[in-house]
Amino acid sequence: MDRIPILRIGDLLLVTVQVDMHDRLALALQDDLCLAICSRDTRGVLIDISALDVVDSFIGRVLADTSAMASILNAQVVVVGMRPAVAITLVELGMTLPHVTMALNVERGMDFLRNHNRSLDAPSESAGTLVPA
Amino acid sequence: MAPRAPARTPQLTAQLSSAVPTSRLASTLASHHNQILEDWTREQVSTRRDLNDSLTELDLREHCAEFLQLLRTAAESDNFANIGAPEWAPVLALLGRLSRDRGLRGSSPSATASFVLSIKRPLFARLGTDFGSNAGALLETVWTTTDLLDRLGLYTTEVFQAAREEVIARQHDEMLELSTPVVRLWDGILALPMIGTLDSSRTQVVMEALLTKIVETESDVAIIDITGVPVVDTLVAQHLLKTVTAARLMGADCIISGMRPQIAQTIVHLGIDLGSLTTRATLKDAFKLALSRRGTDLGTFAPAAGQG
Amino acid sequence: MSPHDEPLVIPVATEMDITLVRQAVRQHATRLGFSLVDMTKLVTASSELARNAVKYGGGGSATLQVVRQGGRNGLTVTFEDSGPGILDVDAALRDGFTSGNGMGLGLGGARRLVNDFQLHTMVGVGTRVVVTRWL
Repeated sequence: MDRIPILRIGDLLLVTVQVDMHDRLALALQDDLCLAICSRDTRGVLIDISALDVVDSFIGRVLADTSAMASILNAQVVVVGMRPAVAITLVELGMTLPHVTMALNVERGMDFLRNHNRSLDAPSESAGTLVPA
Repeated sequence: MAPRAPARTPQLTAQLSSAVPTSRLASTLASHHNQILEDWTREQVSTRRDLNDSLTELDLREHCAEFLQLLRTAAESDNFANIGAPEWAPVLALLGRLSRDRGLRGSSPSATASFVLSIKRPLFARLGTDFGSNAGALLETVWTTTDLLDRLGLYTTEVFQAAREEVIARQHDEMLELSTPVVRLWDGILALPMIGTLDSSRTQVVMEALLTKIVETESDVAIIDITGVPVVDTLVAQHLLKTVTAARLMGADCIISGMRPQIAQTIVHLGIDLGSLTTRATLKDAFKLALSRRGTDLGTFAPAAGQG
Repeated sequence: MSPHDEPLVIPVATEMDITLVRQAVRQHATRLGFSLVDMTKLVTASSELARNAVKYGGGGSATLQVVRQGGRNGLTVTFEDSGPGILDVDAALRDGFTSGNGMGLGLGGARRLVNDFQLHTMVGVGTRVVVTRWL
C-alpha cells in the first residue's frame, strides 16, 4: 500500500495530502506521524489538506486524533489549507474540530509553528481561547 | 417484367398524395415556397412594431426561410402527432434557439409565439389553392397543420419561459453579490458589512462569498458587521455562527461587530456559548482589535475551546 | 433518457469501495452541473453512508440515479445493506460529533447535507438510506 510521505525540516514535519485518502491510508499516516514525531526531536507538524476536495467525518476524526496524539508527544499540529466548500460541509456535518489548530496556508502555518515554539519555554496551554481585547 | 406504371398527370399526383394527408403540407410548402415566405415575412414585419420586437427585417427573413425549409423536410414524414420524434428535432432546435434568443433579449412571449402562429394565414391560403376542390382533404390538412403549428407555438413559449427564468435567477444572484460586498480593510483584514434583512438563501450566498474572499486575499481576520441588519432571528444567527466556524476551520478568525442587546439575547437563547464568539459593538472597535491581533506573535491561531 | 442516466450500481464491501463511491458521485455531480458546495455536500454524505454500509451493514451496495422532478434534475444515491438494521433510529439520527468523538452513525449530519433523506430499516433484515440533492 502506498503511504503518504512525511518531510522533515529540522524539528518540523510537513505532510501534503494529495490524494483522496481511503480510510486505511489515513490511519497509516497517523501511525507514521506518531513514529516520526518520536524518532527525532519534533516540535511541530504541518498537515496540508489544500488538495482535498472532500473531508468526511472519518478524515476529520483522524485529523483531530492526530492532533491530540501529537500534543501528548509534545508536538504541535497545524492543519492548513482547508477549502471553503469543505469547511462549509464539515460545519453542516456537525464536525467543528474544536481542538485542532488551523491556518490558511503553509506559510501562515509555518509562521505559527515558529512563533509557537518560541513561546514554549514556559509550559502553556496550547488549547486556549481567542485573545481577549 | 413488371407492369408499367400509368403515366402521371398532375391530377393523378394530387390524388395519390391525398392518400397520405401529411405530405399535402409538404407539397404545398414545396410548390409555393417563395410566395409563402414573402407573405409570412411581410405579415411579421407589419406586426413587429406592435409587439415591440427588436429584430431587424433581415434577421426575420433569415429565420423564416430557415424555418420553412426545416418544416418542409419534417412534414415529409408521416408523423405529425409527436413533435418529440427525431424528424422534428431540427425544427425544435431552430425554434428553441430563436425563442431563447428572444427571451434573453427581452421580447414579449406573444412576439415569440407569433413567429410560428403567423405562418397560418399565408399557408392556409395556399393549401386552399392546392386542395380547394377536395373539401374533405382540405379540412383534414388544415386541421392537422393548425394542430401542429399550435404545438410548435406552445413549445416556443416554454423555451422562452425557461430562458427568462434563467435571466431572473442570474440577476437575483448579481443583486445578492452587489448588496453584500466584501471589503479589504487592511492587509489580511476583511470586512463584510451586511445591510438589510437576511434570509436563508442570502446568508448562504454571503457565507460562500466571504470564505472564498478569505482564501483569495489570504486574510486571517474577517469582520462581519451586522449594524445594518434590523432583525437577527435564530435562523440568521445560526447561519452567522456557521460562517464563523467555517472560517475558523480555514484558519481565519471572525469578529462580529454591531452587536446589540437583542441579538445577544437571541444567541444566548440559542444556547450558543458566547465566549467562543468574538464580538464588538462597532466596526471601529472590531478593526482596532483585528489590527492589534496582527501585531501580536501569539494567539492568532489559538483554537477556540468549546466551539460547536 | 441518455445512456448516462442509467442507474449505476457500486458494490460496497470494503473501505476501498468508499473511495469508489466518492469518485462516482463526484463524476455524476460534476456532469449534472452541481455547484461546488452542493457537490461537496453530496459526496461527503455519500462517503458517510457508504462507510456505514461497510462498517455496520456488513457490506452492501450504492446505487446512483439521475432523477427529474418538476423540471429540475437531481442525483439520488441509495445505500442498501442486509445488516443487522438500526435498533434506535432516533439515536442514530442524533449528532455524535459535538464532542469530536464521532460516535454513532452520523446519519443526522448526512441528512443535513442533502435535500431529501429517507431511511428504511428493519432489525435483523437490513437498512436502506436514500439521499437526493437537486440542482
